[in-house]
Amino acid sequence: MAAAGRSHATRWAIVNVVVVLYALFPVWWIAALSFKDPSTLTDGSYIPTDWTWENYKGIFQTSEFTRALINSIGIALIATAIAVVLGTMAAYAVARLRFPGKQVLIGMSLLIAMFPPISLVSPLFNIERSIGIFDTWPGLIIPYMTFSLPLAIYTLSAFFREIPWDLEKAAKVDGATPAQAFRLVIVPLAAPGVFTTAILVFIFCWNDFLFAISLTSTESARTVPAAIAFFTGSSQFQQPTGSIAAAAVVITVPIIIFVLLFQRRIVAGLTSGAVKG
Amino acid sequence: MSTMAEPAKDDTQAKKALSAGARQERRLGWLLCAPAVIVMLAVTAYPICYAIYLSLQRYDLRFPNRAEFIGLSNYGAVLSSPFWWDAFWVTIFLTVVSVAIELVLGMGLALVMHRTIFARGTVRTAVLIPYGIVTVVAAFSWQYAWTPELGYLAGLLPSGDAPLTEQWPALWLIILAEVWKTTPFMALLLLAGLALVPEETLKAAMVDGATPWQRFTKVMLPLMKPAILVALLFRTLDAFRIFDNIYILTAGAHGTGSLSILGYDNLFTALNLGIGSAISVLIFICVGIIAFTFVKLFGAAAPGAEVKR
Repeated sequence: MAAAGRSHATRWAIVNVVVVLYALFPVWWIAALSFKDPSTLTDGSYIPTDWTWENYKGIFQTSEFTRALINSIGIALIATAIAVVLGTMAAYAVARLRFPGKQVLIGMSLLIAMFPPISLVSPLFNIERSIGIFDTWPGLIIPYMTFSLPLAIYTLSAFFREIPWDLEKAAKVDGATPAQAFRLVIVPLAAPGVFTTAILVFIFCWNDFLFAISLTSTESARTVPAAIAFFTGSSQFQQPTGSIAAAAVVITVPIIIFVLLFQRRIVAGLTSGAVKG
Repeated sequence: MSTMAEPAKDDTQAKKALSAGARQERRLGWLLCAPAVIVMLAVTAYPICYAIYLSLQRYDLRFPNRAEFIGLSNYGAVLSSPFWWDAFWVTIFLTVVSVAIELVLGMGLALVMHRTIFARGTVRTAVLIPYGIVTVVAAFSWQYAWTPELGYLAGLLPSGDAPLTEQWPALWLIILAEVWKTTPFMALLLLAGLALVPEETLKAAMVDGATPWQRFTKVMLPLMKPAILVALLFRTLDAFRIFDNIYILTAGAHGTGSLSILGYDNLFTALNLGIGSAISVLIFICVGIIAFTFVKLFGAAAPGAEVKR
């Protein structure tokens, strides 16, 4: 029995190591590149021989990058908050209530989720310029929250559909007020879904490249993915490889922090909340 | 099982005349959906109509004064062009192969994240990282990895090989980048479905002598069907519009351009709004066909659909 347990443990350990390597190897590679001196950039080794902070110093000396970082964080957080609130309301209605027009809402979200962003770029460009939000935070927040709404509604309504809503009735029978039933029974059941959705939506906004590059023209709202595309290296004689790698690592750090924070909630929420009810 | 029977009972009640409660429920439903509907309509309805309108115009940004209505000619021009069909088959190939690999790997990852006893937090965090990374950044990492003289992966190949400059190797590398990046998305959605599989049901199946494979196919998969459909639908639609990875890795050269790349080139490089919009509308129609097929195939499990009567 003990031997069987040990081999079981070893198998899981190997699987885990494979998964972690799979996930981190390309990340490690670009991190290694970011610490390489320009002269050793092409040595192809996994570990930099001469560690240097030059690439980081280079990008942090320019407002081109620092401003973009602030823009990315602010825009993605605001868009996520709005999309999750609106998405939760709509998904609750879709999952629980009976009303005409539900299929229209679902069809509409599907249309928006499907529409190729490229074809929306040029009309949005014209509209945003005419109402004066081109190259501003709202100019990006509005399309981001709109295009992440279908994702929010779909994911949340799939979650809400599986929630045992009868428990709410049971709590009321046991003497809970509607508010208590909602707060003590439904919120803990719904929270994992809402948090998972928040992660998906934030990452969607953080990731976007096409809108960021077409709906901005200056540093005032340009996000990091778009800024990286404009990188030319700290001097004109230098390839931007090192700078791009450094910027890549920097914008990966907030994601890792975010993932660490929310990962606990997902584990606690998904594994205990909904299952044990 | 009681949750399955519940909606059917609601149905028969709803068929009776509208009570005050039902009217109230209606109003609440509309009220809750209104903000989302207003936002989606305001930000997309006009641009969508505008894109269709543009696709019916001869509209070259270099000669904006010569814009005129030409009906469906742009569509004719696109559909009779070999560029469209090359890009079409490349896109189909990339979509089918990468989504198939992602589903299998994603299910594996979800099971590992769900079941592993050790370092569970580490595994889950690690898996979330490819998903969190900006596609452009990941694509740069892969591009540098396969660049001769610079990358560790290029070093494994015979010297002088530049895989990103040949069609088939480049296509497989695009699939690799796409799969690496998006499998965690699949796994996350599947994990959410896995968490809803009651532990008691699995234990009961085990007590009844079901093998692990039977527990997976007979108990877990049916319960996870809604989560699987959401994951597959979103990934297929998303893969069909593949853009960022190809743009960074090959820029669509050497026969690796997808439909989105073709549309982009016509909009922003050739500056032909009319042709570009026609391509966009055609992509939209293709995607519509895919989504319709999905919903028809999976029927009642489609997200948001009513439970089968």
